[in-house]
Amino acid sequence: MNRPGPWENVGASSSKYGLCRPDDAFAPDTPPMKRYSALGLLRGGFDGHRRWPKAWRAADPRPAYDVVIVGGGGHGLATAYYLAKVHKVGRIAVLEKNWIGGGNAGRNTTIVRSNYRLPQSQALLELSLKLWEGLSDELNYNVMFSQRGALFLGHSDADMTRLAERGDALRCNGVDAELLTRDQVGRLIPLLDLSPTARFPVQGGLIQRRGGTARHDAVVWGYARAADALGVDVIQNCEVTGLTIEGGRITGVSTTRGDIAAGRVGLCATGGSSRLAAMAGLRLPIECHNLQAFVSEPVKPMIDTVIMSQSIHCYISQSDKGEIVLGGDPDLYPTYAQRGLSMRIEDVAAQAIGLVPALSRLRMLRSWAGTTDMSFDGSPIIGPTPVNDLFLNAGWCYGGFKATPGSGWMYADLLATGRPHPTIAPFALDRFERGATIDEAGVGPMPHHR
Amino acid sequence: MLLIPCPHCGPRALAEFTFERPVESIVPLDASTEAAVAHLYTRENPRGPSWELWRHAYGCRAWLRIQRDTATHAILATEPMERRP
Repeated sequence: MNRPGPWENVGASSSKYGLCRPDDAFAPDTPPMKRYSALGLLRGGFDGHRRWPKAWRAADPRPAYDVVIVGGGGHGLATAYYLAKVHKVGRIAVLEKNWIGGGNAGRNTTIVRSNYRLPQSQALLELSLKLWEGLSDELNYNVMFSQRGALFLGHSDADMTRLAERGDALRCNGVDAELLTRDQVGRLIPLLDLSPTARFPVQGGLIQRRGGTARHDAVVWGYARAADALGVDVIQNCEVTGLTIEGGRITGVSTTRGDIAAGRVGLCATGGSSRLAAMAGLRLPIECHNLQAFVSEPVKPMIDTVIMSQSIHCYISQSDKGEIVLGGDPDLYPTYAQRGLSMRIEDVAAQAIGLVPALSRLRMLRSWAGTTDMSFDGSPIIGPTPVNDLFLNAGWCYGGFKATPGSGWMYADLLATGRPHPTIAPFALDRFERGATIDEAGVGPMPHHR
Repeated sequence: MLLIPCPHCGPRALAEFTFERPVESIVPLDASTEAAVAHLYTRENPRGPSWELWRHAYGCRAWLRIQRDTATHAILATEPMERRP
């Protein structure tokens, strides 16, 4: 079967079903990374683009590494890249159970923003957004980051008060935010139903103009390629089956491809966090839930802003291919199934059509679901664990994609120094027992009510 | 969509039910502070059979214990809340 390789610019859709398999896509002896450029692209055109080198090696596990990262999603690969680039750590491996980017990195709605309510979240996500802004140049890989603006809609007086409060908090901390009137929202998104009889009346909105979308697979492949060029072993089809702990300190991991010794181990595998932590005798403040997303058939450009409504929990954007990308509520019970409820499709479609009636003419092409690590306060967990040299990056709920570069940057810092940077210190594993939660929504310790 | 056999009403659609919390999150009345924190703020989060509290919120409104497989969504057992201490 001829599957597409990651260096081919396959569309956002194909990653869901036509995922590239490592065995088909990678040859073991590949030449060193070739820098991508406009001239190279032109030169490639003369021989039908047949001589592009593989984007990264198919690495086999070596007996020992300084740092082993468990989980080859965006966060894990970004961590490996910054460990090699910024911290000059020598021997780094990323272990991925399946193929890189096959988990939540390929199942999100690609929205990027940093307009969170609480200062701890703002600091982490704004670092991430600043890294996004230079990421394509940094990686020499077009991650198609498009700052088209991320707009929250306000549907009531209470909504507008809440949005104004959030906007003030953001601007006090140097993050861009702009409160829009109903007319301004209408000019930005002419297709929005602003009529008095609208199902979800719009009073205004809060926009972060630096927010937008990025190409999810390109982020994974860009980090993998750049990390590989710095000597990181990206090892696919390698599932961690056990953690070796001696005297309260981790010394290595057992995998389906043999035992690997490690100086430090960083867990970074959403959907597998609880099972991995259980191998070290730990119980995490995490429940796994399902979040679905859908795309329509591709159409001409009709929505050039990310539309979100936190009151009805619907988000709408249009991919560069023209598909309308929709997301909504999670399924509201714990599951690892990676398949969503059919009634949720109806809920989300009804909400989206209520906001943008023109969407009713579109046919839905696909739906998919990802397993989210729901933490108890809606904020991620990054920090040391009670086991020495074992670190945890988990609990991103359904906001992990936007944090990919910032999470990688901070987790690399943690794995290199062993001490949490002040930016991630509030996101410690023990914050729940200390009562120091970072509860963005203010709903209390309930993972499925985020 | 799950079909949940309510012990009072028979098989009913998921839309009538609300998931409340895993049974393991119930704090025993005589728990120490450490045990209470562990019950409240940590989960086994199993991939497989799990005992959970559900409520037939839009039906008979009874609280139920349901054993459900979190990987396959199979309902393995349902029982009224009062059946166990």
